Amino acid sequence: MDANLTLLVNGKQHTLRVDPATPLLYVLRNDLALNGPKFGCGLQQCGACMVLLNDIAWPSCQLPVHQVTGGVAITTLEGLTKPDGTLHPVQAAFVQEQAAQCGYCLNGMVISAVSLLKQYPKPDEAAIRNGLFRVLCRCSVQARAIRAVQRAAGV
Amino acid sequence: MPHFTPSTSRRNFLKGAGCLTIGFVLFGVGAAAAETPKGPELPGSLQDNPRINAWLEVLADGRVRVLTGKIEIGQGIRTAVAQIAAEELDMPLERVEVVLAETNRTPDERYTAGSASIEQSAMSVRYAAAAARQKLLILAAAQFKAMPSQLELRNGSVRTTDGRQLGFAQLLGGQQLQDEVRLPIRLKPKADYRYVGRSIPRDDIERMVRAEEYYVQDLRFPGMVHARILRPPTYEAKLESFDSKALKKAVPGVLQVVVDGSFVGLLAEREYDAKLAQDFGRLHARWSGGRALPAGQPLADHLRQLPAIDKRTTDKGNFNGAPTTPTLRASYFKPYLMHGSIGPSCAVALFEQNTLHVWTHSQGVYPLRDALAKLLKINPENVHVKGVPGSGCYGHNGADDVAADAALLARAVPGRHVRVQWSREDEHAWEPYGSAMLLDLEAHLDPKTGRVTHWKHELWSDTHSSRPGGSPEKLLAAQYLAQPLLPKPEDDVSGGIYRNSEPYYDFPAVRVDTHYVQGPLRVSALRSLGAFGNVFALESFMEELAVKAGQDPYAFRLRHLKDERAKAVLRKVQDMVQNQKLASREGLGVAFARYKNQAAYCAVVAKVTVAPEADGSTIRVAKMWAAIDAGEVINPDGLKNQTEGGLIQAASWTLNEEVYFNAYQVTTRQWEQYPIYRFDEVPLVEVAVLDRPTEPPLGAGEAAQGPAAAAIANAVFHACGKRIRQLPIRPEKLLA
Repeated sequence: MDANLTLLVNGKQHTLRVDPATPLLYVLRNDLALNGPKFGCGLQQCGACMVLLNDIAWPSCQLPVHQVTGGVAITTLEGLTKPDGTLHPVQAAFVQEQAAQCGYCLNGMVISAVSLLKQYPKPDEAAIRNGLFRVLCRCSVQARAIRAVQRAAGV
Repeated sequence: MPHFTPSTSRRNFLKGAGCLTIGFVLFGVGAAAAETPKGPELPGSLQDNPRINAWLEVLADGRVRVLTGKIEIGQGIRTAVAQIAAEELDMPLERVEVVLAETNRTPDERYTAGSASIEQSAMSVRYAAAAARQKLLILAAAQFKAMPSQLELRNGSVRTTDGRQLGFAQLLGGQQLQDEVRLPIRLKPKADYRYVGRSIPRDDIERMVRAEEYYVQDLRFPGMVHARILRPPTYEAKLESFDSKALKKAVPGVLQVVVDGSFVGLLAEREYDAKLAQDFGRLHARWSGGRALPAGQPLADHLRQLPAIDKRTTDKGNFNGAPTTPTLRASYFKPYLMHGSIGPSCAVALFEQNTLHVWTHSQGVYPLRDALAKLLKINPENVHVKGVPGSGCYGHNGADDVAADAALLARAVPGRHVRVQWSREDEHAWEPYGSAMLLDLEAHLDPKTGRVTHWKHELWSDTHSSRPGGSPEKLLAAQYLAQPLLPKPEDDVSGGIYRNSEPYYDFPAVRVDTHYVQGPLRVSALRSLGAFGNVFALESFMEELAVKAGQDPYAFRLRHLKDERAKAVLRKVQDMVQNQKLASREGLGVAFARYKNQAAYCAVVAKVTVAPEADGSTIRVAKMWAAIDAGEVINPDGLKNQTEGGLIQAASWTLNEEVYFNAYQVTTRQWEQYPIYRFDEVPLVEVAVLDRPTEPPLGAGEAAQGPAAAAIANAVFHACGKRIRQLPIRPEKLLA
């Protein structure tokens, strides 16, 4: 049964009429027309759908949207960019390292890295691998992604 | 000045203008610095589409639009062709835009496959742009009453030495360059290059990190309907019953259920409802039958006993008098592998006014158009297929199939866009896999010279390419309609099977016997096709021979190579690892191949650690090095990126991956059952590019796959003394 839910996405409140059981991913992509989080597996296994929930990276593909109302700060890839268009340092680092091929998994890697650096501003390589562990990349740019996170962290 | 807008398509341009054959004669033959084509031929794609404006349009504001029949699949083709066009036309890179594959818009370049984007498309753009440059100079010379040699191209204009200038669009008077590109053509001297050969960053990566609309998955149209497909539980299962009324009661948001035989489409206004409908259908639809799969015996044994079409694909030298007992004999195996795109296949289709529009990440828009036209029994002119990037595919995945799904459903709701999104399980269970292969090798080594005298390679494999190529029966949905279209097996051995089975080494006598069998699973092209299995076997076997002969692995390979460029990549990679220190249970392994024996040269070294753990050993690839020679390099970082990715992906194939099935169905249906590399497993990688600016560019995107597998297998051997010949190299096999 549909209900009115209020979400805080990228700093803005959105009141939407949706089935509360709908996974957050579908609401972000289809109701809010955001491209950042991607559908990859719907099983929380690949990380393509990562978003930040109060700065913690979390897969959005199985998370019922009603669980993230009430002021949970949801940040998507779009929300990392400053209003003036300036890229977040992690976004910029992925561009500088050209750490993408098809780029489909970039969302998960960037979101995970932002979350990691919030908790551990100077991660070593093992911590970076651990921080991005949930994200699968089939083009296999992981070595570049590790360099990009190191660049963003200045380590 | 004639007015036209950038959106004006080339078919609207005035005909006439008097096609001028552009020839060397107009400039005299004296241009010593100019590059002229080495061979007598233009790139193949250009021969098929010879007019300049098939490849290049001049826009009203002086920008240039380049048209390529290839699609961006993460290989960076958009940037590479822009670099090439900007180079030949001496204009800023940012004033060149690139249009990717679209029917009736871009040249028909068939498939974006075989590592051929640079060799075919980018080289066609180079010649077309060079021809455009010549024509623009001629037109300007007439306008300015000057010699072409007194003119230069700059920033979308032609200018004289005394400062007069005219933009490209002004020179053309609103027309396009309809001349055919003919040899000989004066190319820009490579010494003057500003863009080509430099690591120009891809501009689309910034678009990706900004989450701009980029992928086919991102397309949103007003009134768009979301759809999922209810696929059978296994190959050839038939739908017995599906209660659409019960579904609509359970999921009221379902808009329509399309049932045609055993093809079931579930449409809803909201995507989540389509997903719920698919979940419901998986639980409640009743199916019968299904093709039995050969579980319960080793797949290698099964392949060997299947009826086969046999072909001696290499027969070189003399086997009369060959020793009856070879020095060494070994059998290798490669399982079915998945493409494993991170984004499951997706397409949007609209059927409107008797025309079908399809947005797809297919690798071949024109062949897909022809296949869809036949599937829907409509005229190909009434099918418009636009390529939009998707998740990386690494070959023929579900992209064409989902486009067919969307086309069939769009016909059921005319006037509305239908977006079909495959689920993870759809992709894992139904994508056409890379074929399993069985490979028997034997060789004789002359004990006096230490050289290979006789080499035999015998392989069993299903095909490595079942792309639709205009044939609707190769589209998955077509096989399950009430009136199914069923693919006929090929009646000949296709080249992908025995790709790289013939050694690049200089052996006096070589035989390759290829047995084309029809294996149990649906298969098609996966990055490097048969080369992965063939090179894994060939280069593992070379190492076994070197060990047997007590020879150094590099020296053994080098002494059997004639081609200096092949030797150079081997020496380079040896150089890259010369300071590596090895601890106990660590090993280095090397392997080499020239992809297709005519594309890029690649030598790989892997460093492997085999660590004993309480519950068994672990095998970890710590680092991989590659040296690659792809001839003239358009974008060195792009080539490195492709090669790095190839190494890591191939390491995952080699250590982790195998498609499993039981007697009824494929059982690897999600990532947990098909565990591709994660961040904790990936090796660090280092790639050296041997640039050969005066050589033609060579396809490189698949060059690392085979050597990477063999390098790892060889490193495992050197780390622990155990030779694993059956992929994947799982730790438990070390105990066997």
